[in-house]
Amino acid sequence: MIEVTGLVRRYAGSVAVADVSFRVERGEMLALVGDSGSGKTTTLKMINRLIEPDAGRVVIDGRDTRDLEPHALRRSIGYVFQGIGLFPHLTVGENVAVPLRLAGFSPARIRERLAELLALVELDEALLGQRPDELSGGQQQRVGVARALAASPLVMLLDEPFGALDPLTRDRLQGSFGALRRRLGLTAVFVTHDVAEAVVLADRIGVMRAGRLVQLGTPDQLARSPADADVARLIDTPRRQARLVAERLEARP
Amino acid sequence: MRLTLLALAAGVLLAVPMGVLVTRVRGLEAPVLGLAGVVQTIPALALLAVMVPLLSALGLPGIGVLPAFLGLVLYSLLPILRNTVAGLRGVPDAVIEAARGVGMTERQRLLRVELPLALPVVVAGIRTATAWTVGMATLSTPVGATSLGNYIFAGLQTRNPAAILTGCAAAALLALVLDGLVRTASLGIATRRRRLVAAAALGLVALGAWSAWASPRSAADRGAHRVVRVGGKTFTEQYVLAEILAETARRAGRAAEVVPGLGSTVAFDALVRDEIDVYVDYTGTLWSTVMKGGGPARDRAGLLEEVRRWLRERHGIVLAAALGFENAYCFAVRHETAEASRLGSVSDLARHATTLRLASDYEFFAREEWRAVESAYGIAFAERRTMDPSLLYQAIAARQVDVITAYSSDGRIAALDLVVLQDDKQAIPPYDAVVLVGARRAREDPELLAALGGLEGSIDEARMRSLNRLVDAESRSPRDAALAFLERNAATRP
Repeated sequence: MIEVTGLVRRYAGSVAVADVSFRVERGEMLALVGDSGSGKTTTLKMINRLIEPDAGRVVIDGRDTRDLEPHALRRSIGYVFQGIGLFPHLTVGENVAVPLRLAGFSPARIRERLAELLALVELDEALLGQRPDELSGGQQQRVGVARALAASPLVMLLDEPFGALDPLTRDRLQGSFGALRRRLGLTAVFVTHDVAEAVVLADRIGVMRAGRLVQLGTPDQLARSPADADVARLIDTPRRQARLVAERLEARP
Repeated sequence: MRLTLLALAAGVLLAVPMGVLVTRVRGLEAPVLGLAGVVQTIPALALLAVMVPLLSALGLPGIGVLPAFLGLVLYSLLPILRNTVAGLRGVPDAVIEAARGVGMTERQRLLRVELPLALPVVVAGIRTATAWTVGMATLSTPVGATSLGNYIFAGLQTRNPAAILTGCAAAALLALVLDGLVRTASLGIATRRRRLVAAAALGLVALGAWSAWASPRSAADRGAHRVVRVGGKTFTEQYVLAEILAETARRAGRAAEVVPGLGSTVAFDALVRDEIDVYVDYTGTLWSTVMKGGGPARDRAGLLEEVRRWLRERHGIVLAAALGFENAYCFAVRHETAEASRLGSVSDLARHATTLRLASDYEFFAREEWRAVESAYGIAFAERRTMDPSLLYQAIAARQVDVITAYSSDGRIAALDLVVLQDDKQAIPPYDAVVLVGARRAREDPELLAALGGLEGSIDEARMRSLNRLVDAESRSPRDAALAFLERNAATRP
């Protein structure tokens, strides 16, 4: 369970995140959506202290994150980076093994775990010795997910994890990640500007604007009783697009 | 070569941590890189030269390996430092964030992510430093460090192109081999082929071991006495005389090594500090450069006694022998110039000087003698040039200059049919060649002192000229000339 209370972050005079609070229940997946600059990524990074909050606190499973060393905190949380964030000088296997080595796993245990992880994200073990730049975008992001899962964290943070992928790959990865998360019972927060993705994957959606959390609820709640006209328009975007697509396709002779 | 390897190793060990520090501590980068940049703008030779008085002032050995080592390390710092900083700065922010995100500590991030990613750039810096250091090491001969530069300097002074080429080719080869090893090592690290890294490391170790083995074993004392270190300055005669002194020491049962190519006052300072044991200097030179003598010029015998007493009282240095010849600064012109303007003396020269071009060695214009000549004769030339002493004769023969300051014992005065102008106002002092023995050696080793004393009066001007000619004109090595002299000397003196 993640409890976020009154988070604030300022940058040189301007406020990136102003007083954001929310709770994510155990096994729940929360999506933060909003425009660029709405503060959603900053909020996400304050959860594992990649960015230090100016005010407010984060409690994960009953422990205040300020009571832990930042690197110890981050080792207990899986993180999937925007633009994948693999280490270019390490092989696929070494990349996935980084959290295991940091946790002090033995080489034998690491080999075992690598096999499990690759099976989990549906990657061929033959890729273990390759460099990230020899892989396709989809494969790279599977490696990124495998690395985030490596040390069996209970909490996952994902920063636009599928943003850089082509639509077909994105579709497939979204599906397999959703299933995986449910199977492992992970508590997760993920950031996206793709409302359709949020609706498909998340249990609840938080809409952010100008550093504030404007509305938080299930996709259904947001659609039925939006807080304002902008939220209404935002949550309606996928449907509107789907309608347009359908019209264009049906209009064909 | 050992010098180069050690200096490079020290450069890497210093510059890489400095680079890391500079990228970690805000506000350090500009001053540190700036300072390193300033050091780099000092010409290599000047940097080495500066080390000599600097180290002496600190009470450390001012000649030999130390000044060269420090100079080389300073010089190798910048390229490595600059590239380390550039390499670390070039690591993408996304990768750094990923390293933090997976829970690496600062140190783990540096060692496992940033340095490995910066490695190719750092290695490029090391390769630049390698090329510079090898090149600069050859310049460390004048400060008394043995290097491949010894071949080059000796070759230049004794007109031995083969020696120059040997030195150059060896330096180039060394640079290539080192560069190849560094590149191999980095390739091995980047592709994680352990065998490649091991091979490169092995190569470096082998090179180091070989250089240690191939260098003269200066530290190995043989017998009861320390090795006799014989200094020599930068012209032919000095190379020959140093070999004569060394061989004389050997025949007295001492181990001896020659430290050639020292700057004029570098040699004297080294003797004062017992960094060398013996060398040949000239009374006039000592009078003008270290005694800072002013006043009227002395006669030859008077000056000899004055110098002997001064050295003994001031520094405990023993004047073991006056060799019997003078090597004086003298003004020389081409025969035709002398004819055309009816030049016989320096006074005659002074009347025509405004249309003539004068060339001299590195130090003359800074010495008392020049000031004395200027004030005695009121002489002013159309042009004054400074060049390497070995090139003076070529320059006058090729009519690039009209007057040179020749050395009276030089065989080329006669060979080129130059006319020596008489110092009619006696502005230039006598220059008896004298064997000087350092205080400590003189105290500890009266036997050697006696052996060197045996050289008293053994070389007259004609003999010295013919020895110089052996080297300059007949391409014999200074050592050959020295041995030839000693054979004859032994034969004529029972």
